[in-house]
Amino acid sequence: MRFMVMVKSNAATEAGELPSTELLAAMGKFNEELVKAGVMLAGEGLQPSSRGARIKFSGGKRTVVDGPFAESKELIAGFWIIQVKSKQEAIEWMKRCPNPTGEDSELEIRQVFEADDFGENLTPELREAEQRIAVESARNAAKR
Amino acid sequence: MVTSNDTHRAIEAVWRIESAKLIAGLTRIVRDVGQAEDLAQDALVAALERWPETGVPDNPGAWLMATAKHRAIDLVRKNALHERKQDEIARELDDDDRRPDIHAALDDQFGDDLLRLIFMTCHPSLSTESRVALTLRLLGGLTTTEIARAFLLPEATIAQRIVRAKRTLAEHRVEFEVPRREELAGRLASVLGVIYLVFNEGYSATAGDDWLRPALCEDALRLGRVLAELAPGEGEVHGLVALMEIQASRFRARVGPGGEPVLLLDQDRARWDQLLIRRGFAALERAERQGPLGPYALQGSIAACHARARTGDETDWARIAELYGELHRIAPSPIVELNRAVAVAMAFGPAAGLELVEHLVRDGSLDEYHLLPSVRADLLAKLERFDEAAAEFERAASLTQNAREQALLRERAASSSRQATARGSRVD
Repeated sequence: MRFMVMVKSNAATEAGELPSTELLAAMGKFNEELVKAGVMLAGEGLQPSSRGARIKFSGGKRTVVDGPFAESKELIAGFWIIQVKSKQEAIEWMKRCPNPTGEDSELEIRQVFEADDFGENLTPELREAEQRIAVESARNAAKR
Repeated sequence: MVTSNDTHRAIEAVWRIESAKLIAGLTRIVRDVGQAEDLAQDALVAALERWPETGVPDNPGAWLMATAKHRAIDLVRKNALHERKQDEIARELDDDDRRPDIHAALDDQFGDDLLRLIFMTCHPSLSTESRVALTLRLLGGLTTTEIARAFLLPEATIAQRIVRAKRTLAEHRVEFEVPRREELAGRLASVLGVIYLVFNEGYSATAGDDWLRPALCEDALRLGRVLAELAPGEGEVHGLVALMEIQASRFRARVGPGGEPVLLLDQDRARWDQLLIRRGFAALERAERQGPLGPYALQGSIAACHARARTGDETDWARIAELYGELHRIAPSPIVELNRAVAVAMAFGPAAGLELVEHLVRDGSLDEYHLLPSVRADLLAKLERFDEAAAEFERAASLTQNAREQALLRERAASSSRQATARGSRVD
């Protein structure tokens, strides 16, 4: 399964504040752990919305609006795409991330759609539930 | 409020993240993978008992390791660890505690230990099936049930394989070490073979299969990527990773709406995963930096040629032919030569390809392989030798068991016959 993890923007990231040396080092180390574990697929930082633009769609109409955008809560400052076996694993990994901005931060984790390759597919929720059952029974077997 | 169920799920996720390193570190101490896994499982049970109350600790890996080591010390005291001399093990445990910066030291040590563990689970004294089962179990973090489901085998079979594998390793007193320079290439080939076998098993999954089967591709890719970081100087590791990333990139395009396989040249390239293709190219670059390309890197390069072409027509067949030639040079096989013939035909015309195919026919080594007459027939048809093509398509059909392929080949035989007749009835 793949998950996109997004760093929510805040005043610090929108101001284009550069991360401290300590944060860069800590983040570098964390990214290295993701790579060494074979779960990192991609990860990038995004420039502040003052450098960005939006396209609004209404019927056939397209309107372009240049940044900056006021509601920083709606914005993201960076992302990872990771490959793991479950949403819980994604959560456990990202809990180990250093605080990504200079202030209170938020990460959002969203699962990437996989195309329906195979006829009747398990939904991600069912798949995860099945996963737990398998591990539970193995654990019960291990308890001698 | 955190429920016990939430904690259980968290623990299972932590286990998937930490178990391989944990078992590797413990194997270094007790010198026996069976014992190591038992100790790791004991730590897991302890976590399942305590963490619902205390919450998941900040450094769960360290908690598990400390718990497992305490158990190991207990067993040493009770003289319950039979494998290594008790005092040696006690000394290992002692040394560990004395390390100044325990977390940093643990990290480096974990890296080395993981590498040693992979070489152990893929040891030549084990059968290939045992290597696969043991590697998926100890390094992939898959349960016996999951491995059995993924390989469509009874659970008892897999359980037995794992038990016997651990016993064999103990009986042969297999050392927990990275192989010496002279042996490294061969031992590494064994590891890569296991990983690629797992990948291919996943890639061969068909519609309606248990989801654990195609998930094997992810398991293999993850193992390959981990190995690439543990042994970054080994070109063939990057080569295999490149090959797997690029093959995996075609996952969504390789099956048609009816569940039928779609050939590479017929695939909708818009469905190829560009992220994985980019990763494949990057891995290939790393392979190239390590020196002359080995068999996996060459296969990865061939896959990259296809990935680079926006349409089938834009494929650099001459380059592919060259790469197959190089592959045949270092790892000769009639199948490789057949693939080279196909590429040569695409690059330089059917006559050139046919010449190579005739060599193979005279050779006799592919006598029972349906793709040989199939390729020959295709080239003959392109050269408008329709009668001969029809006969060869029929021969190919008779050599394959696959009903769908048979039907396709018979259809081509019929079509060639028609063209032969049309030819014959033309007034020249």
